[in-house]
Parts: sequence; structure tokens; C-alpha cells
Amino acid sequence: MTTATIVPGAERALKNHVSLGQTVRNSLSMAYRGLLKIKRTPEQLVDVTLQPILFTLMFTYIFGGAIAGDALSYLPFFLPGILVQTVITTSVVTGVQLREDMDKGVFDRFRSLPIARVAPLAGALLADTVRYGIATTLTFVTGYLMGFRPEAGFGGVLAASVVVIVAAWALSWIFAFFGVIARSAGSVQGISFLVLFPLTFLSNAYVPADTMPDWLQWFVGINPVSHLVTAARGLTMGTDVTGDLLATLLGAAVVVAVFAPLTVRAYMRKA
Amino acid sequence: MNLTDSTWAIEADGLVKTFGANRAVDGVDLRVASGTVYGVLGPNGAGKTTTISMLATLLRPDAGTGRIFGHDVVKEPQIVRQLIGVTGQYASVDETLSATENLVLFSRLLGLGRAEAKRKAAELLEEFGLTEAAKRPLKQFSGGMRRRLDLAASLIAQPPLIFLDEPTTGLDPRTRAQMWDTIRRLVSSGSTVLLTTQYLDEADQLADRIAVIDRGRVAAEGTADELKASVGSSSLQLRLAEPRDLGDAQAAIERVLGVRATTSPEAGRLTAPMQDADRVTELLVTLREAGIHLTELSVQKPTLDEVFLTLTGHGVETDDSVDDDSTEPQLEGSRA
Repeated sequence: MTTATIVPGAERALKNHVSLGQTVRNSLSMAYRGLLKIKRTPEQLVDVTLQPILFTLMFTYIFGGAIAGDALSYLPFFLPGILVQTVITTSVVTGVQLREDMDKGVFDRFRSLPIARVAPLAGALLADTVRYGIATTLTFVTGYLMGFRPEAGFGGVLAASVVVIVAAWALSWIFAFFGVIARSAGSVQGISFLVLFPLTFLSNAYVPADTMPDWLQWFVGINPVSHLVTAARGLTMGTDVTGDLLATLLGAAVVVAVFAPLTVRAYMRKA
Repeated sequence: MNLTDSTWAIEADGLVKTFGANRAVDGVDLRVASGTVYGVLGPNGAGKTTTISMLATLLRPDAGTGRIFGHDVVKEPQIVRQLIGVTGQYASVDETLSATENLVLFSRLLGLGRAEAKRKAAELLEEFGLTEAAKRPLKQFSGGMRRRLDLAASLIAQPPLIFLDEPTTGLDPRTRAQMWDTIRRLVSSGSTVLLTTQYLDEADQLADRIAVIDRGRVAAEGTADELKASVGSSSLQLRLAEPRDLGDAQAAIERVLGVRATTSPEAGRLTAPMQDADRVTELLVTLREAGIHLTELSVQKPTLDEVFLTLTGHGVETDDSVDDDSTEPQLEGSRA
């Protein structure tokens, strides 16, 4: 045992608030924990490895001929769409895994430490961007192997990837919120997919919106997922999508600004 | 900062926590002096873990106040967290990481640099005899190793107050003795320790003062000697052949031993605290002369049951589902 005597409580310099710098450091430490966890349990990466390949292959050949005449002509339109769909679905898994993680005793220790309250959540969400990165890479690689040659080249693909990952990270706060308030991991999945399916399918991810009824076109127009898909599509094609890009990033910022505090509050109240 | 702030490590006044209709903690008052070991003794579901959770800022009290070295647990939680270490079945380590990774992670979270965190982790592993197991997955750790790692993790910041929630529940006797040694060394370095336990002998061995908690309230408080005096250094258990002799037997015990015997829920059974085991001979003679026949007689060290029976007038609740401790029923087998 250490021979050094303990500094008495009354003689310590103490602060009751956490600085921004410490918040960032704590979150990065927690993200490091998340990465170690991924390294230890690589089997949980199945959803970001198999799903992108399967979905890209499947939907390209199912919809391609009907919508664009042939699969190859459909790819430039479809690939950014399926990318958004895949990565957003992955962000649901973030919420589910967070729920499972929080049921472990170690989260109670985190709560007893003098660290930023948001860190255990922000860290977990940050580490999961690695999963989004994997899903993004595999979607593009699958597309490339199928003949997808984006006009904007590698730079465009990279820019689109970053935008999609940022948006997915922001969205994952919503699912993290469900994760914190739900009673079990299963119910997180249930609620999340209920939100997710209308959002991703009622968008321009799979088909152009102009054949849809007016009311649906209206919804597709305001659906944030459509803006994200349009932005990603434009970035890979090299067209000007400043408006959609700004709308997407603004939307992402609003989601984080609303849901991060909500999630942390719910997390702190959880007994 | 006034004098009271530095004298008391813990001041709890009227802490209350309700879960639905169940008042898990129902007005607990505690005073723990700096540099001492304080034992909170009670059966499962008595409210021990809930009380600690409130003092460690993990649960918000429904009523009452808690102060750690003078800092309010609700108003200044972040300061309180800088002063405490928590170890228990609920605040444990990360099972997916190795021992070293756990300690490095917690060190980093507490503000240590990368190299410093590695050194601290190695140092603590050495101290707790875990160096050889440092890289092994935690799933392969024995119960005792897990507890030592838990404890090591809560000592990183050298907190002046350490909460140990049932540190030896489920451990075998040898590992338990090792844990006791560790806790004793901890105190000699100046820490204040609050430990909860279901075992009277554990509180007796380690604690300077003990609070007996029952149904969310403090039923008795004092030094181990004071508590033992109230239950006797050993306890006499009698089972009568004829339950109707109960009153006469109780009177005889009061006359000979000078103490009041409690009747157990089971008919025909008497339990009496006893300071001097030799006096039992006199009692037996008296009982024979009075024509009271016995079917069973035993003299035992007081158990938690007796402490409870004597202090609260009822036995230990056998219903484990009452509240906070219900998550570790699998550890109960080792309690006997």
C-alpha cells in the first residue's frame, strides 16, 4: 500500500464545474474505451460490414432496371442514397449498444467520477463514428466494384462521406436518448426503427420524388434525410448543392443541441 | 470553512429515498468522523446500498441532506465526486477491458497524463498482487481478484473517503481475510472508509463505529463493543418441549442471567443475550427444578439475526426482493 498519506478533504482545492477542455479530454478517453471495446468484440461489426455490401448489391439489381433502365445508370443516383440509409441504420445500433453498455456496473462508476457528465455518452458516440466510417467505405468500395465512377472523383466521395458521418453522429444522439430512457435494448431498437423507416423510405434515397403524389412530395421535400441524400449525391457528382449541404449541417447542429442535453439529463436521472 | 466541515467526513440528516411504494431509505442519520472506518450493518434490502448511492451522488435523495467533508451531495456533486472513491457490486470495472486497460482508462479520466496513467496502473497492480493477471481478460478473474481490481480503481485519485459496498460478499474465507488486510492498510494511510456488510464479524473486525440499518432506518449505532454489549457476547438458544412453559422460562432467564429473552417466531423458541457462557449451568439447574423440559440447547456467538432480533424485535427479512440489493441474489449462497 502507498505510504503517502491522503490529503484531507478540507485541504483540497475543489471546483464544482467542469471546464470545456476537461469535457473534451474526458470524451476522448471514453472514445478510446469504445475503440478498445470494438477491438475486443469484432463480431459486433457485422452490421457495418455485411449490411452495406448486401444492401448495395440487392437494391441496385432490384430497382436499377425499373428506375434507370439498367443497374449501372442507377448507381450514381442510388449509391449516395443507400449510403445514407446504411449509415443512419447503423446509428440506431449505437443507441441499442449504449443501452446494453449502460446496464453494466461500470457506468455507475463513471457516474461517481469527477468527470464531465456528457463524456461517457459522447465518447461512446464518438467511437461509433469508426463504425460509420467502415460502413461508408464498404458501400463505396462495393459500388466501385459494380462500376460506380463518381464524377467528382475521390475528393467528392470523401466530402460526401464526411457529411454523412457527421449527420449520422448527430442523429445517433436521438437514438442514444431512446437508449437512455428505454427499459431494454430490444425496445430501443423497436422505437428507433419506427422513426427510421418513414424517414429513410419517404425520401429521395431510392427513387426520384417526381412520380409521388403531391402530399408525399411535400414530405420528401422537407424530410432532412432528403437534404442529406441530395447533398451527398451532389458532392459525388460535382454539382452545386450548397443549399442542401447547409440545411443538412444546420439540421445536424440543431439535433445535437436539442438531444445532447436531453440525453445527458435523462442519463443523470437514471437510478 | 468551519470546524464541523473538517471533522466529519460524512454528515447525513434524514435521508429518504422511495422507489414506488417502497421507502428503501426512510430517514437515515449518520455521522462519520474523518480517518475512521464506519460499518453499516444490515441484511439485504435494508437500504445500505441506496444510502451509499445517495452519499456518492449516484442517486438523488427524495428528502434530507448529505454532506461529504462539508460539501452538499446535491448542490456540489462534482466536488463530492473529487473526494470519494466508490467500490461495490454496482460500481465495478469494465469487463471487456483488461486490468491494465481499466486502470489506465480511469487514470486518464481523472486527469493523469498518458505515461503517468501507465505508471499508476502498474503501481496499483503491483500493490494489489495483480501484475501477473494484468493482461488477462477480466472474465477469467476470480471473485477476489475482481474485488481487488475494483478497489484499486477507486484508489487512483487517493480519495480521502472511500465507500466499500459489501466488499467481501461472496468471497471465500481466505480471500475475505486478504480483503480485510487491504482495507486496514488503506485506513492507515489516512483514508476514511464507509463499508457496508451483512456480517457482524466483518464490522467487528474493521469498523470503529457501526450503524445497524433495518427497513431503511438506523436501528442502533455505536462502537462494536457497545453493540455487542446490547446483544451479549454470546447468545443462548433454547427450544422448549412444551411451548406453554415459554413465560416461565423467560422469567427464569431474567432471574438467573439478568437479561430479557426474546421469543422467536417459531413457537417454543427463546433467544437470550449472554455475557458469560458459564452461567448457563445455573440456568439449566433452575429450569430443571422448575420442571421445564428442553428439546434443544445451544450457545452461539451472536449472529446478525440475533443483533437484529435484539435491536429491532424482529428477525432478518428473508424476502430478498425488497429493494436495492436484489441484484445479487446469486451471492447469497455464501452467506451461511
